[in-house]
Amino acid sequence: MNKPVLGLVAGGVLGIFDGLTALVSAPEVAPQIAGIVAGSCAKGLVAGMLIGWFAKKVNNLTAGVVFGLAMGALFALPFALMPDPTTGQKYFWEILIPGSLVGLIVGFLTQRYGAMVLARR
Amino acid sequence: MMSLSDAALTRLRDVVDRPDAGDRYAVHELLGRGGMGAVYRATDQLLQRDVALKVLPPEHPEDIARRLEREARVLAALEHPGIVAIHDAGRLADGRPFYVMRLVRGRRLDEQVRDETPGERLRRFLAVCDAVSFAHSKGVIHRDLKPANVMVGEFGEVLVLDWGVAKRAAEVAGDTSHVLSAETGDTGDGVAVGTPGFMAPEQLIAAAAVDVRADVFALGALLRELMTGGKVAAPLRAIIAKATAPTASDRYPSVDALAADVRAWLDGASVSAYAEPVWEKALRFYRRNSALILLLLAYVVVRLFILWWRGV
Repeated sequence: MNKPVLGLVAGGVLGIFDGLTALVSAPEVAPQIAGIVAGSCAKGLVAGMLIGWFAKKVNNLTAGVVFGLAMGALFALPFALMPDPTTGQKYFWEILIPGSLVGLIVGFLTQRYGAMVLARR
Repeated sequence: MMSLSDAALTRLRDVVDRPDAGDRYAVHELLGRGGMGAVYRATDQLLQRDVALKVLPPEHPEDIARRLEREARVLAALEHPGIVAIHDAGRLADGRPFYVMRLVRGRRLDEQVRDETPGERLRRFLAVCDAVSFAHSKGVIHRDLKPANVMVGEFGEVLVLDWGVAKRAAEVAGDTSHVLSAETGDTGDGVAVGTPGFMAPEQLIAAAAVDVRADVFALGALLRELMTGGKVAAPLRAIIAKATAPTASDRYPSVDALAADVRAWLDGASVSAYAEPVWEKALRFYRRNSALILLLLAYVVVRLFILWWRGV
């Protein structure tokens, strides 16, 4: 699988999984779980595609992992800063740390397992 | 009556046999003597470079002369980085056929790999497979692959030598001559083609039945030789066993198939010759993907830590 597509798929899948974990870590958000999962998936897709695109341009594991971590943190930040609309409680670290880690994993995946697409003449 | 020592006799024989290669080649020391002629270091006076000159002894049967000429033609047809290049061929003034090839400076494969890791040995083995597979693609079967016939050059290149008993696949079908053993120097009918230990059983029975799987057998034996001196992993043992199966139909159908299994083992992938137990499969999966598995575990640990921190 080429790197951008792998980033897209991995970002989407891990995004859904990351969103669903909210049911365990914060059961009080259960009524909003569909929105959380959809948002997390969308965030994962966009971040994953960017990470995959970066991996295509820069073939370097360390750079890919650092870029993935940064993208994961960047995309998780708005959600981390957003308070729960019903309770007003914030879940800053609970969202930021796993979100960054997911970005890091996608960065690693795209660099390590993504196939280079050779230019056609 | 005074008797000559063996060394003196050998020296005398060398002097008598030393070819006069005319103005073009200045012949130097003897590099080796096999079942089909001798190889000398020579200098190409025209191009000012050292070469290897293979020539028959002064007294030789005509069929051996034809065989040397055929070997030259086989080599000429095999232009490959892993096969020694031929530069010239012809007959000397005294009628002896000869050919001139690249002078390989290096070591025998089995000597070279002594201090190498199993991975390096296998990569060299794959280079041999690559050259032999190329020859097969040109319809040529080597029939005498063994450590003595593989050299590692000064730039690390692996070269398959001594195509003296090689045959084109089309010729093998009608071959009834048997041939010679490079080890013994024997020639003629009734002597099996190849070298004991590296020769497929069908080479002993009937030359007509020989196909590329005879080289697969020899390569399996070569691989076993290269891997001796250390613990050989079960999948590699299975590869060797399949390549050296007594029945040709039980072996890999081609050198490429054998090489693919060796390459798969090197890459940590599954090997077709080896029925892997589930726990070994899991362990291999972990080894290939340990970093990813550890990252996913780290994610789970972080999630669990957050649960504990929040007191859920």
